[in-house]
Amino acid sequence: MAEAPAPAATALEARGLVKRYGDRIALRGIDFSAEAGDRLAVIGPNGAGKTTLLSILAGILQPDEGEIHLPRGEVGWVPQQAALYRRLTAEENLRLFARLEGHEDPDATVAEMLELTGLEDRRHDQVARLSGGNQQRINIAIGLLARPGVLLLDEPSVGLDPRQRARLWDFVLALAERGTTVIFSTHNIQEAERYGRGLLVIADGERLFDGSPAGLREVVAAEAPEAADRDFETAFVAFLHHRGH
Amino acid sequence: MLIAILVGFAISRGPEKPRVAFLNEVPKDTSVSVGGDTLDVVNARNQLCHRIDCIRVSSRKEAIDKVRSGDVLGALVLPANLAEKINSLASLTPEQPKVEVIVNEEDPLKAQIVDDRISSLLTEANLLIARRVARTGSDYLGLILNGGHLNFLGQKFDVLGLRTSARVLQALRPAVPRGALRQSLDEVVRFATLARDNLDLAGPLLNAVAEPIKVDKHVINGSAPPLDIFAISVAATFTLMFVTLLLVSGSLALEREENAFARLTRGLVSRLELLAEKVVLGVGVGLVVTVLMLAGLELFVDLDWARFGLWIVAILAGGAAFAAAGAAIGAGAREVRAASLLAFMLALPIALLSLVPSGAVGPGLYDVIKVIAALFPFKPALDAMTAGLDEAGPSLGAALLHLAILILAYGTLARLALRRFTAL
Repeated sequence: MAEAPAPAATALEARGLVKRYGDRIALRGIDFSAEAGDRLAVIGPNGAGKTTLLSILAGILQPDEGEIHLPRGEVGWVPQQAALYRRLTAEENLRLFARLEGHEDPDATVAEMLELTGLEDRRHDQVARLSGGNQQRINIAIGLLARPGVLLLDEPSVGLDPRQRARLWDFVLALAERGTTVIFSTHNIQEAERYGRGLLVIADGERLFDGSPAGLREVVAAEAPEAADRDFETAFVAFLHHRGH
Repeated sequence: MLIAILVGFAISRGPEKPRVAFLNEVPKDTSVSVGGDTLDVVNARNQLCHRIDCIRVSSRKEAIDKVRSGDVLGALVLPANLAEKINSLASLTPEQPKVEVIVNEEDPLKAQIVDDRISSLLTEANLLIARRVARTGSDYLGLILNGGHLNFLGQKFDVLGLRTSARVLQALRPAVPRGALRQSLDEVVRFATLARDNLDLAGPLLNAVAEPIKVDKHVINGSAPPLDIFAISVAATFTLMFVTLLLVSGSLALEREENAFARLTRGLVSRLELLAEKVVLGVGVGLVVTVLMLAGLELFVDLDWARFGLWIVAILAGGAAFAAAGAAIGAGAREVRAASLLAFMLALPIALLSLVPSGAVGPGLYDVIKVIAALFPFKPALDAMTAGLDEAGPSLGAALLHLAILILAYGTLARLALRRFTAL
């Protein structure tokens, strides 16, 4: 008799997350979980609560209700806009944050991150002179300095051209293959379908769907059959429309 | 630093001396004598030309031409008979001396300065002459009262005097038969006695007329430091203010502009630590720059290096207050340029307002200025710096207490404003 596959290790679990800004409710009891090496895309219309959710997961905001479990420890956070000192070089930025993270050998960490990002030859370039894609790679590398089990990316490909986006996602996929759980928010539905192993759809702070891209298509086929055979973005819009958003 | 030095020395410099054409038509070697004392004409002229920029001219027409052309703001003409008329003041046939002033009214501000200066100088001259005339008058009164010798028109006269007259008449009285003659003599004796008694009071009265108001100066608020020390204090405080305020506000706003604040405060450093580090950076740089500046100014002005410890205390306290204010501004602004502009726009006018002396504006407005100045670190920092540089300065303790309160207030404000940095 074949042995049952071992259950995947949970990297992050969120239960009943609620966030209010005055009278406005940004998140309404969001539940989801992600496993080690998972790639979870958080999608939804503008104002859905994606950035609020990632900020709570990153520890920048505190939820009004709910809790987060992180069995694998640290969460790395990569904000939407590169959080870098543009007048410093790529190497200086990495060294500064490596020291702040308390790395025993910051130079070795810097060398490792430069190799990981493929920017060894640009190490002495001022960040302001790097392309948006390369800036984002340094931005992500800094998010990885704490050796996090979970990496949060807030709309990482915004403002990048197609070639830069492709290189960025190659980099992110390689991280996931090494076991890092990647949770990213995006407005690009095709990108979510292509690079997300799982999808978390939220609108007006409410979770509408949590599953795979194929699972979302099945839901669309059941709820809005006229859009089932269309492209993924059209199907997604039909799904939101059917759910009243 | 250059701006700071310029501001410091500009406010301590007196107004520019007005150029005034000066025509002296009084014949050379003419002496001016009042009441037997000869006036020092050369010294009087030097004093006059020290107060105004005397442009010597040789004729009244030249003086008028210079005034008309704008080369000078006014002209002062001393007529040929001036000395003669001044000399007559202490004689029995006095004539009033006059001088002529020609003013160019094209520049009302400077014309007013010339008017004020000339008016002031003439008041001084009049006072000097009045004193001597009063003294001469007093001498004449003494002669009438006590008797003596009088020289008039080259002839010498003996004057009996009221006291002696009364005494002579009193001695003669018994020899005069009772009746109308003795009654008349009694009236003369009474007049002489009354005149003697009342003329005794005339001397002080004449002196009072010569100087009706005498200045009796009382200093009630300590002694002021020398003007050059005050100028250096202003320059050093301006430097400290700009360096610290702009550095701290800019570097804090930079964390937000570069989106690094949220990343830093996710666990790498606390908000309070970040704030404290910015303040320490600002104070450190401000200290170095200000001390270097003071050392540079030592080339031009003697500073009391024995008080170096107090300088450091003043700079540290002032720098900390400016840094706290800078942190509040930086925490409130969204980007470096906005923070720098805001810091500059707030600091410069308030610093200049803090230099407005009492009496320069109305009392109500001055109270408002005092309140505004008290809410910003410049005034207490300036007081601390002045006290540190010179012992005649204001109280160092009071200034340090004021600065401590401002550090606490601005620090709290900055810490509260940092909450806005978290908004994504």
